Amino acid sequence: MDYSNFLLMRGELSLIVVIVLLFFYDTFGSKKSQKLFSVTACVLLAAQTIFNIIPSVPDSSFAGMYQISPIISIVKTILNIGTLLVFIQSVAWTKLEHVVVRRGEFYILTLMTLLGMYLMISSGNFLLFFVGLETASLPIATLVAMEKFRHDSYEAAAKYVFIAVFSSALMLLGLSYVYGVTGTLYFEDIAARIGDTPLAMVGLVFFLAGMGFKISLVPFHLWTADVYEGAPTQVTSYLSVISKGAAVFALALVLFKVFPAVESVWQPILYGLIIATITIGNLFAIRQKNLKRFLAFSSISQAGYIMLGIIAGSAAGMGSLVYYVLVYIFSNLAAFGVISAIENKTDRVSMDDYNGLYRTNPKLSLAMMLAMFSLAGIPPFAGFFSKFFIFAAAAEQGFYILVLIALINTIISLYYYLLVVKAMFIHQDDCVIPSFQSSGALRLSISVCVLGIVLLGIISVIYTQIYQVSFGVFGL
Amino acid sequence: MEIPMIYYLVVSAIMFFAGVYGFVTRRNLLAVLISLELMLNAVDINFVVFNRYLFPGQLEGFMFTLFAIGIAAAETAVAIAIIINIYRSIHNVQAKNLDDMKY
Repeated sequence: MDYSNFLLMRGELSLIVVIVLLFFYDTFGSKKSQKLFSVTACVLLAAQTIFNIIPSVPDSSFAGMYQISPIISIVKTILNIGTLLVFIQSVAWTKLEHVVVRRGEFYILTLMTLLGMYLMISSGNFLLFFVGLETASLPIATLVAMEKFRHDSYEAAAKYVFIAVFSSALMLLGLSYVYGVTGTLYFEDIAARIGDTPLAMVGLVFFLAGMGFKISLVPFHLWTADVYEGAPTQVTSYLSVISKGAAVFALALVLFKVFPAVESVWQPILYGLIIATITIGNLFAIRQKNLKRFLAFSSISQAGYIMLGIIAGSAAGMGSLVYYVLVYIFSNLAAFGVISAIENKTDRVSMDDYNGLYRTNPKLSLAMMLAMFSLAGIPPFAGFFSKFFIFAAAAEQGFYILVLIALINTIISLYYYLLVVKAMFIHQDDCVIPSFQSSGALRLSISVCVLGIVLLGIISVIYTQIYQVSFGVFGL
Repeated sequence: MEIPMIYYLVVSAIMFFAGVYGFVTRRNLLAVLISLELMLNAVDINFVVFNRYLFPGQLEGFMFTLFAIGIAAAETAVAIAIIINIYRSIHNVQAKNLDDMKY
């Protein structure tokens, strides 16, 4: 056997090293040295990110089972940055009394899911894809149940794990039919042999339904709000940005690599899904009072916008998709950072609790405002540019009506994002959250996110870089 | 005489959608889990039958089935752990007690 194959899996192997090191530290480290556990986890992950920061050249190993290309390694780096931000945010949370005993598990399980996402997005075979997908989704169920004595937490975990298995079963049924038609599980071979026979179409539809559950597209979104609300806030932020971003990118890769021959079939399906996702996500977000639920529905509609990049099906679409995910990570994590800062201190997550927050905590309110502006797409923040690019990519391919509907929905979304801003800046309340100082790590993470929101749109080199390498997807 | 392939496919389709039906209608979390297992096993039958009848020269379907069985076991383990945790907290495993969060 040729062991040089493993050299290409640099990212995965270094991540495994990080996981193993953390595992030994958690198991054998003395009680005193455990105090540095969170810091060590952050530092190790940062080192791993820097180690893999140079994009790899397009290549494949294990007979095409594992594939790597510049855009894939850039997506891995983006996922790493997001995970790192989540880790920094959760330092304060992992010091709480009921979490500190499971601190090691939190970091290790999160990194395991990251490993699964790595495998999922660089797979060239449905076997590896499936294994990666499951590795990415199963540990999250246990993460959701982290605060296991809280009713909401285990309720959310039960809902999540059943929906995750149900959606995998749907996806597997689809894959089995695709296998029956083509007789192979390798992406390239399937792409060469698939035609629009009825059995293959049934397979494609079931596969899309399974992935729709993972990305929480309407009508497969019903679990999202419940799980986001019940899970610990740190896990929710991980679930809403990293997990979703990886799943969207994996779906895009599979549709482009495996099913390009039947594009005329999946494009109308996606068309309907996108309209339903954006509209229903927005309309339901309006009536939410709990901020975590509110962000859940906002993330559903954001997923709809991201799918515009897939339906465009061009290099521009792919580039804007990756850029959108990057910006979305920063904006959403800023919002979740503020929410978890306030939740850590006061245990309050309802929108009414934020009334008059500007008077007592001006910095947090400002960060939250920027996050909301970026999510809504107000210039000059990064969210505007990412929305602009993704709409432009879809319009380039002639989806004018779809882009129009998305634009109208952006205006609707402005209403509910500004509700939060209005609560913080205009409303007054007798029992305002008192002024407090959040932990240093949390402040660091929120400032990085705010910096990202402001700078990512202005520094054009990031976008051009992503745009350039996204052509690699179609070269493979 | 060999049994035609379509017989197996019909059985697996019935199994799968019986699982879907059970998933939607059962009120007990363990019964829901059993329905999920039914669905996953139906898929395994599909893979094995396609491999055995259509592509007898290769092993991809069999290998996939082995992996799917392993992962299904892991899924069951996680789900059971969560169900046990629920039982410890509220002393039953009925889905109707897990409806605090909705809409």
